[in-house]
Amino acid sequence: MAAEIRRKTPEEYLRECQAEEEAVAAESKGHLKIFLGYASGVGKSFRMLDEARRRRERGQDVVVGAMQPQVPAEVEPLLRKLEVIPLKAVTTPDSEGTAIDVDALLRRRPSVCIIDGLAYDNPPGLRNATRWQDVKELIEAGIQVIASINVQYVAELREQVEAITGKHVTETVPLSFIQSADEIEIVDAPLEASMERSLNEDELVQIQKNQEQLSRLRELALVVTADIVDYQLNDYLERHGIKQSFGAFERILVCITPRANMQEMMEFAQIIAKRFHGELIVAYVKQANISPEDQSALDARLAIANAAGAHVEILEGDDPAETLLEFARFRGITQLFVGHSQRTGLARFKGSPLDKLIWEGRGIDVCVFPQ
Amino acid sequence: MTEQGRGKLKIFMGYAAGVGKTYKMLEEAQDVKASGVDIVIGYFEPHGRQDTIAKTEGLEIVPRRKIRYRDSLFEEMDTEAILARNPQVSVVDEFPHTNVPGSERTKRWEDVEVLLAAGIDVLTTMNIQHLESLNDQIWQISGIRVRETVPDWVVQQAYEVVMVDLTPRALLNRLQRGVVYERQKAERALQNFFREQTLVALRELALRQAAHEVEHRIVDGDTRLSPSDGAHASPRKHHKILVLLTSDPKTAMVIRRAKRVSDFLGAECFAVTVQTTGDLSGLAAPDREAIERHLNFARNLHIEIRILEGDDVASTLVDFGRRNQVTQLFLTRPRRKAWSLAFSSDPAQKVIDLAKDMLVVIVSDREPVKR
Repeated sequence: MAAEIRRKTPEEYLRECQAEEEAVAAESKGHLKIFLGYASGVGKSFRMLDEARRRRERGQDVVVGAMQPQVPAEVEPLLRKLEVIPLKAVTTPDSEGTAIDVDALLRRRPSVCIIDGLAYDNPPGLRNATRWQDVKELIEAGIQVIASINVQYVAELREQVEAITGKHVTETVPLSFIQSADEIEIVDAPLEASMERSLNEDELVQIQKNQEQLSRLRELALVVTADIVDYQLNDYLERHGIKQSFGAFERILVCITPRANMQEMMEFAQIIAKRFHGELIVAYVKQANISPEDQSALDARLAIANAAGAHVEILEGDDPAETLLEFARFRGITQLFVGHSQRTGLARFKGSPLDKLIWEGRGIDVCVFPQ
Repeated sequence: MTEQGRGKLKIFMGYAAGVGKTYKMLEEAQDVKASGVDIVIGYFEPHGRQDTIAKTEGLEIVPRRKIRYRDSLFEEMDTEAILARNPQVSVVDEFPHTNVPGSERTKRWEDVEVLLAAGIDVLTTMNIQHLESLNDQIWQISGIRVRETVPDWVVQQAYEVVMVDLTPRALLNRLQRGVVYERQKAERALQNFFREQTLVALRELALRQAAHEVEHRIVDGDTRLSPSDGAHASPRKHHKILVLLTSDPKTAMVIRRAKRVSDFLGAECFAVTVQTTGDLSGLAAPDREAIERHLNFARNLHIEIRILEGDDVASTLVDFGRRNQVTQLFLTRPRRKAWSLAFSSDPAQKVIDLAKDMLVVIVSDREPVKR
C-alpha cells in the first residue's frame, strides 16, 4: 500500500504534463464546456447563447447544433443572430424522433458548437445511441462544444434525484463524461427567478408546489459542481506536482484500533460527512505481532465499518502514527477520528501515538473519541 | 401606511473579483425595476468596468456621503439618506466593506442591518473569502489573511444566497484582457490571489457554502421532514459544543472552527474561559486583553460566553461540560510537543484523560504552504 500511494516526483509529473499537452495540441482535440442547472428556466440557454454571442463578437465561428423546442423570450433575439444547424428527423416504421445532425456539423466544421440539452437518447438506427456520444464525436473532431444539462440527468445521481422528485429519469449522461469537461459552470438562480422565467402556467404551478424539491435539486447541483471542481483541482495539482492541501473539501479519516468505539465513531463520521458533503475514509494500520484478542477485536470493528458501507484502507508501516499521517496528508484529510489512547502513566512520557497525531497533523483536526 | 416587517436580504456570492457579482446584482435590479418595484442604488462600486456601469442605467442612485478623515475625503454609503428616501429595495455593493473612521457604524453589513430593520429589501454582493468562519481556510489556500470579514450569522439570516459562478479559466482570461483590473494591478493579482489553483479551491469553497446555505434554508423552513428524504428521517442527536478560550492567539481559530462545525451540525455552541478568581482581574494586562478580545470575538459570532471559576482548567472545563450535557470539547493544539506535555501547563492532555465521555477535538493550525 505504501508503495502504491507514493507520489511521483514533480519532475515526473512535469514531463507527463508536457507530453500530454503536446499530444493534445497535436490532435487539436476540441474543448467541452458544460453549463449545469437544476431546473428548466434557471437561465442555462440564455447563458450559453450569451457566451455564443460574445465569442462571435470576438471573431469565433459559432453555430447552434441543438436548441430546446421551446425557448424563453429573452433567448429568441440571441438565437436569431446565430446560424442554426437544425436537428434531423429520424423516422423508422415504429418510431419518430430527432437527433443532432452530426454529419452536417462535421461538414460545416465550426470552431464552436452550442448543444442545448445533453441528455437525450437518439432514435434507434443511428451510429450513436445517445446525444452525449454525438457530442464526444464532435469534440474528437476538434470542435469546441458548449452544452447544458440539468443535474437530474446525471446517471450516477438518478437514485438521489428520484428520492427528491419521486420521478424516474431514463435519459441520462454518465458523470465521467461531465467530469471530462474542460470547464463546468453552475447556473444558480433562486426560486423566484425560475418562477418568473418559467414557460407556462403548468410549470409555474408545478414549481410553486415543489419549492422544497427544487431547493434540494439546487443543493445537489451545487454539491456535484463542487465535487467536480475538487476532482479537477486534484488533477491539476497532481499534473503540476504541487503538494498542497487546501482543505476546501472535508475529508474524514476514521482510524480503526482494537479498542475504538467503532459504532459511535462511524455514526458521527457519517453525520459529519453528510453535513459537510464530505468524504469518509476508514483505515487501519496492519501490525505484525498482534495478539489473537486484538485481532478478533479488530475484525469485529472492520465488520462494523463494512456494514456501514465504508471503504476500508489497510495500511502498512512500522510506526502506526507516522503511517496514518502519511496517508492522511496524501489524501488531504481534514479531520482524523481516533479512539482514546490506551497508554497512561509513564508510557505517555515517551510520547504516545496520539501526541504525534496531534502535533504533526498540520491542517488536520484530531477528534478523540471516548472508548 | 401599513406597518412594514423586516426587509429581505439577498446575497450574490462569488469567489473572486471579476466573476460578475455586481453585474448579476444590477441585472436583477433592472428586472425588479421593470416589474414596477421602487428600487434605488444605495452604493455601487464601478471599478471602471464599462459593462457593469451600463447596467446602472435608469436606476436612481442615492448620492454617497462624504466623510473627512485625516485630511482626506472619503465616500461612504449614506444610510440615513436611503432611510429618508425609503425605497422598497436598495442595491448595496460590497457587503464586507469597512467604513472609514467617523462613520456611524464600523461595517457596511451593519448599515445593511439598519436598512433591513427599516423594512427595506437589500441586494448585496460578497466573496466567499470574507466569511468569518472560513478565515483560516482562506489563509491556508491563498496565504492571505483577510481582514474584512462578515460573521456567519449575518449571512445565515439572508433570505437567499446565490452563487455567481464563472470558471477560473474564463476569469483569468478576463483579467488578462484587462476587464477586471487595469493592467499593472492585474499582473500583480495574477501572481497572488489569482493563481489558478487558488481560484479553483476558493470556487470549491464558495460552491460548498452555497450548497450549505440552500440546505440550511430547507431545514429551517420546514422542520417537519419530508417522508421522501430518508436520510433526515431519523431523529437528530442533539449536539452541544464547548470551546475553551485562553490567551493563546490560536484561540480565534478554534472559535471559528467550532462555530463552523456547530452551524453544520445544527448544534449549540458556547465558549468558556477558566480563571482562579472567576473574573479577569488576576491576569497580567497582555493576557487579560487577549482573553477579552477572544470573548468579544466569540460574542460577535453569537456564541454564548462565560467565565468559570476554578484552579484547575481541565477539571473545571470537563465538570462544566458534563453538567451541561456537552458532547464535544474544542481546544487549541498544545504549544509544546510530546514528552513535555505532561509537565506543561497546557490542559489538552489532562482534558483528554478526564473527558472520557466526550468527544475532544484538537483544532490544528491551518497554514499556507510556503512557495
